[in-house]
Amino acid sequence: MTARLGWAPYALLLPSAIFLAVFFAAPMVQAFALAFEGPDGGFGLSNVERMFGDSSFRSALLTTLALVVLVIPIQFALAMSMALVINAKLKGQGMWLYVYALPLGISELAAGIVWVSIFTQSGWLNSILIGLGITDAPITWQSAETPWLLIGCVVIAEAWRATSIIMIILVAGLQSIPREFLEAADVYGATNWQKIRRVILPMLRPSLQVALILRTILAFQVFATVIALAGSGLDVLAGEAQRWATDIDNDNVAAAYAGLILLLSLFSTVLFLVLLPTREEHQA
Amino acid sequence: MTTTTNEVPLPRSRSGRERLVGRGLTYLAATLLALFILVPIYLIAVSAFTPRDSAFDFPRSVIPTELSTDTILFFLNASGVIDAFWRSVIVALITLALSLLIGAPAGYAIARYAFRGRNSYRLVILATRAFPIVILAIPLAVTYRLWGIDDTVIGVALMHTALALPFTILITSSVFISVPRELEEAAQTLGCNPLQAFLRISMPLALPGLAAAAIFTWVLSWNDVFAAVILTLREPTLPAKILSALTQSPIYFQFAAGFVMLVPSLVVIFFIRKYLLGLWGRVVK
Repeated sequence: MTARLGWAPYALLLPSAIFLAVFFAAPMVQAFALAFEGPDGGFGLSNVERMFGDSSFRSALLTTLALVVLVIPIQFALAMSMALVINAKLKGQGMWLYVYALPLGISELAAGIVWVSIFTQSGWLNSILIGLGITDAPITWQSAETPWLLIGCVVIAEAWRATSIIMIILVAGLQSIPREFLEAADVYGATNWQKIRRVILPMLRPSLQVALILRTILAFQVFATVIALAGSGLDVLAGEAQRWATDIDNDNVAAAYAGLILLLSLFSTVLFLVLLPTREEHQA
Repeated sequence: MTTTTNEVPLPRSRSGRERLVGRGLTYLAATLLALFILVPIYLIAVSAFTPRDSAFDFPRSVIPTELSTDTILFFLNASGVIDAFWRSVIVALITLALSLLIGAPAGYAIARYAFRGRNSYRLVILATRAFPIVILAIPLAVTYRLWGIDDTVIGVALMHTALALPFTILITSSVFISVPRELEEAAQTLGCNPLQAFLRISMPLALPGLAAAAIFTWVLSWNDVFAAVILTLREPTLPAKILSALTQSPIYFQFAAGFVMLVPSLVVIFFIRKYLLGLWGRVVK
């Protein structure tokens, strides 16, 4: 791979490098500058203190963490099932993949509204429950009085919307497992469960790690699904950032919230890198 | 399957019946998972295509008795919706054009040239994914006020391009890697300069993959709500408009809005279904 024009690759990269510096790197730095801007314009912790002292801060942090902890395992169980089904080479393999991938293009807001039509008082879920004679009166799923039910609604909506991305990463990972490994397991009479535990999961580790990191970072930013389903019934970190930026018009505290989301994301990334090390020799 | 030479003792070979049952269970699991995805889409479609009043029928019938465009038309005619719709389309198109214009050359460079700093640049691009996009919108809103592009279509599109660009670079580089370099070299020995070789050989071959990347960028922009809410006020995109109207709007408005936002995604995923694994699968490497 020798190029005659030594400067050509750099010229091709330059526009993207400049763009990312101005619209990606600079705002990242600026977010922290905003968050740590004191009242006199110098360095100060007043915005961070204001964030910690905000009446919604605790509930926003706890709800966001609860959502992450509840949604991620459910999504991985679902995504793994979908990926294994795809990998089983059923008839119409392409169709199954398309159906499972459908939510990939569905926005947070649209997904939230889809599940509003199901969970609302006179919605589909209550209609079906009454139709089947399981309950006599409609159940109130979305009420600020029962935050755990609300969280449950959001968890289901998020599991529906954002499992596809994990599924796709896992399918790609499954396809890269050499056939011989599974055939060898077959020859020795391994059951399906043994194949999953002893061959597939260990070989899937790099894909699982990437999917976990990506999905967790996205989960910390959960926003529109919560607004659609819970309104002001649930506080989340991204929602607070938006409230401070637009309703209260205080970019400094908003930036503090955004910075907190960034720190949580980086922390979880490092955690997954340490907990799920992918050693090179595994792939050799 | 090859027949074994009985040198290796087989502890337990599974009978045909067991296999058949396993196969059946796999189909059952596949169907249940598919229903989990499809039933909610069906239900929002029914919600959107029944008359407005039926939103208050209870219990509702899962099979609609009367189909109508009443609800959808009410939504589309609501004040500001059509404007917001077109704004969303324009933002998405600008994002698509900008990210391909800026991203594809970078993707090409990474795919085709061995140069100092190539791997580090790839790593930087990959690392952008570890940063939550939420953090970009707030400082950009401050910057845009200084630049005088706050509350504008171009401002939102620039921010969406920043989100899409790392993606576009990685996807286009994998697209160009899959186009054989030898063809381009052959064109050059036959008298093309590098630019001509690219335009006449690599570009046409890469086109389907580039189209998939473009469509994906479009969806990314079409779906964004957080950045749009922060960056716009009087000139919202469709999701921003719907989000701010959510609390004061009747429930059938929401149903129609949800359906209208959802449809393009279904179509788009259909067109890029062949590329899905390529688009996302490669993030592992």
